[in-house]
Amino acid sequence: MNLQEYKDIFHNGLWKQNPGIVQLLGLCPLLAVSSTVVNGVSLGLATALVMAVSSGSIAPIRSYVPNEIRIPVFILIIAVLVTVVQYLMNAYMYGLYIVLGIFIPLIVTNRIVLARVEAFASKNAALPSALDAFAMGLGLTAVLGVLGAMRELLGKGTLFSGIDLALGDGAKNMVLHVIPNYHGFLIAILPPGAFIGLGLLIAARNWINLRAEQKRGGTAAVPAPIEGGCSPAMH
Amino acid sequence: MKRIARSTLQTAINLVFFAVIGTAILASVFFLTHDAIQKSEENEKLKLIMQIVPPTLFDNDIIQDTLPIPASELLGTEESTLAYRARLKGEPTAVVLSSIAPDGYGGKITLILAVRHNGELAGVRVVTHKETPGLGDYIELPKSPWIKGFDGKSLAVYKDADWKVKKDGGKFDYMAGATITPRAVIKAVHKALIYFGENRDRLFAASALKKEK
Repeated sequence: MNLQEYKDIFHNGLWKQNPGIVQLLGLCPLLAVSSTVVNGVSLGLATALVMAVSSGSIAPIRSYVPNEIRIPVFILIIAVLVTVVQYLMNAYMYGLYIVLGIFIPLIVTNRIVLARVEAFASKNAALPSALDAFAMGLGLTAVLGVLGAMRELLGKGTLFSGIDLALGDGAKNMVLHVIPNYHGFLIAILPPGAFIGLGLLIAARNWINLRAEQKRGGTAAVPAPIEGGCSPAMH
Repeated sequence: MKRIARSTLQTAINLVFFAVIGTAILASVFFLTHDAIQKSEENEKLKLIMQIVPPTLFDNDIIQDTLPIPASELLGTEESTLAYRARLKGEPTAVVLSSIAPDGYGGKITLILAVRHNGELAGVRVVTHKETPGLGDYIELPKSPWIKGFDGKSLAVYKDADWKVKKDGGKFDYMAGATITPRAVIKAVHKALIYFGENRDRLFAASALKKEK
């Protein structure tokens, strides 16, 4: 693998094949926990960590896993890693653990994790696999963060609320009250706000892509989204 | 036929092998984090208890001075819970009870209440709830001081008919647009105080846990 290929991996994960706004994978947690920046980024990073470690550990043992049972074995490994992350968060980041709640164990069913294992880690060596999964995870984290910022700003007028849950009580003064005496805009916090926000993000990404293509003189094709979903489906 | 059986067996062994490794990893992480998890859960509980039991009221280790409370209709509990007792120089001063309001707008609302020895509420806090964000969630302290309205109230101060929101002829405030939530909380607190009245002596009895030891 040369430098260009590593660059491609990150370009794919963060922009071209971004799991959140291009592949539209893992929408359940994306829509549910993106009500604030801190929640979104925390779950995104937890997912990225699980993805990197699972892809990185599945790639070297891929030749020992019989083809017929690869999916159960992959899910087993992913589930073990997710549970480890859950234990660690429960022990050392209790506040955040309570906030993210059911969405930590649900990382197992996030299709983007299995999708990267299937599409990349089962065909490549350990290091590029881990990097690919991590880049995809970061792409998801970025979307969760931006969506979280949009919803939090509109809904509550703050940024980084609840950061003390992730970084300890000392971080409490990092909360930005962007709009003072804001009364809140409820729909941004509720699930419809997540759908509307995601739609705007997808539109923005496509628009930027189109403009870049036009500048280059070509005609850009709007990427057709791959079907999304929360449950690991068989291929 | 034989070949199929053999490959099936091999696949099964392979799967069992991965399952065993996975279980071993999980078991070791469980034991490694077990103490830390328990500690952070206790810390969280203590933080909540400290909010509602004034520090001048106790000098004992509240977290350890517990009494199992069987499931009770008055407390709305379906499983046994723990009561925490606050004592000052050995004299009982307050008890912390858990209670569940089953009829919130979004389902169960779990509460924690501290009742002084004389039956006066020292404080009430919502532990978990699923009320509508921005509407019914003013029962949470960071969102609104509403829950502090219970401080100092008791069955002696307010008669049975007073334990309602003002709209229903009671004495408690509420916010327009979300009355189901405070109704549920007020009802649960009222019932918990009745439970306290009926069981006061038993709740403050010398630590049952120590006797068992």
